[in-house]
Amino acid sequence: MKRLYPSSYRRRPVSRTDRMDTGLRRYDGSLRMVLFACLAVSVALFSPVQAAGLEAFDFTGNVDETRFKSLISELRCLVCQNQSLADSDADLAHDLRREVYELMDQGKSDQEIIDFLVARYGDFVLYNPPLKPETWILWYGPFGLLAAGLVVLLYTVRQRRQQPEARFSEQEQQRLKQLLGDDNHEDKSA
Amino acid sequence: MPAFFRYLLPLLVFLALAALLYKGLGIDPKRVPSPLIDKPAPAFNLPRLKQPQQSLSNADLKGKVTLFNVWATWCVACRQEHPLLMQLSKLGVPVYGLNYKDKRPAAEQWLQRFGNPYVANAFDAEGRVGIDWGVYGTPETFVIDKQGVIRHKYIGPLTRDAIEQEILPLVKKLREEKG
Repeated sequence: MKRLYPSSYRRRPVSRTDRMDTGLRRYDGSLRMVLFACLAVSVALFSPVQAAGLEAFDFTGNVDETRFKSLISELRCLVCQNQSLADSDADLAHDLRREVYELMDQGKSDQEIIDFLVARYGDFVLYNPPLKPETWILWYGPFGLLAAGLVVLLYTVRQRRQQPEARFSEQEQQRLKQLLGDDNHEDKSA
Repeated sequence: MPAFFRYLLPLLVFLALAALLYKGLGIDPKRVPSPLIDKPAPAFNLPRLKQPQQSLSNADLKGKVTLFNVWATWCVACRQEHPLLMQLSKLGVPVYGLNYKDKRPAAEQWLQRFGNPYVANAFDAEGRVGIDWGVYGTPETFVIDKQGVIRHKYIGPLTRDAIEQEILPLVKKLREEKG
């Protein structure tokens, strides 16, 4: 069975209509109807064009659809850098999806495919960056900050503990008694 | 010591962070560093643009310092850098081209109209060689040494400054290396 890809699971258009819907609730029904009509017309006009631009992959053979989709959503498109290969409609993204598909079809593992792309485009294609000296600050940085925070916390706590306990010496207690004067005796007698 | 921790340390941390972020602002995220630098040019063997029965391969690039320019007629920025490529070729720098995901008639017409700076062009209709070279946008220009090793990649349309400050000094340096 041939499936259109990736229109079937694109999330972006859905969230857009969601937002639109909540925004429109403030307005009266007639405007809503007009806008809905516009939307319906534009969808009818443009969706066939858009669908023609997306490639169809055949998932009846060697290539598992779930595996394919999860791999391309972990890979970054180099043209529209904040989209994954799965989301991007850039020309290069089409080519790279085709490449990933063909490599999977040849029985290559996910790691082999990732290595293939990294050898050409660098770590930049990965949304999940590998652990190596250049990325230490990325992976360990937050723990470093946490540790620094703990050090500051411990330091502050210790500072507070080291403050002398608030109590009067023997001599000072005598002075306090004098301060109270006769009242002290009165209190005792009471 | 407490005064240091209370006042000076936060200031130092702030300054370090500010310096880091300021440097980050100056980095163009569109220029993705290529992992192919200092690696042998990826092997290819493609029909030539003008003589489709003849082929052009990475072996043809060996033995001299060359520029390998990825271009297409649909690429607006390629038109922009084209006069500079013409001048580079007049200076005696051999420029090879990878005509990337293009149509043969359109590409031939382009070269007739604007001039042909290329020693030869490989015709990569499907962009597969482009992928092997890590091409993600045209134009891109690679500097290749006598051994056929990629030594530099310039992303985007060449500029006068780039040629004067990056490309030509590097070509000169590589020409002096033993081949």
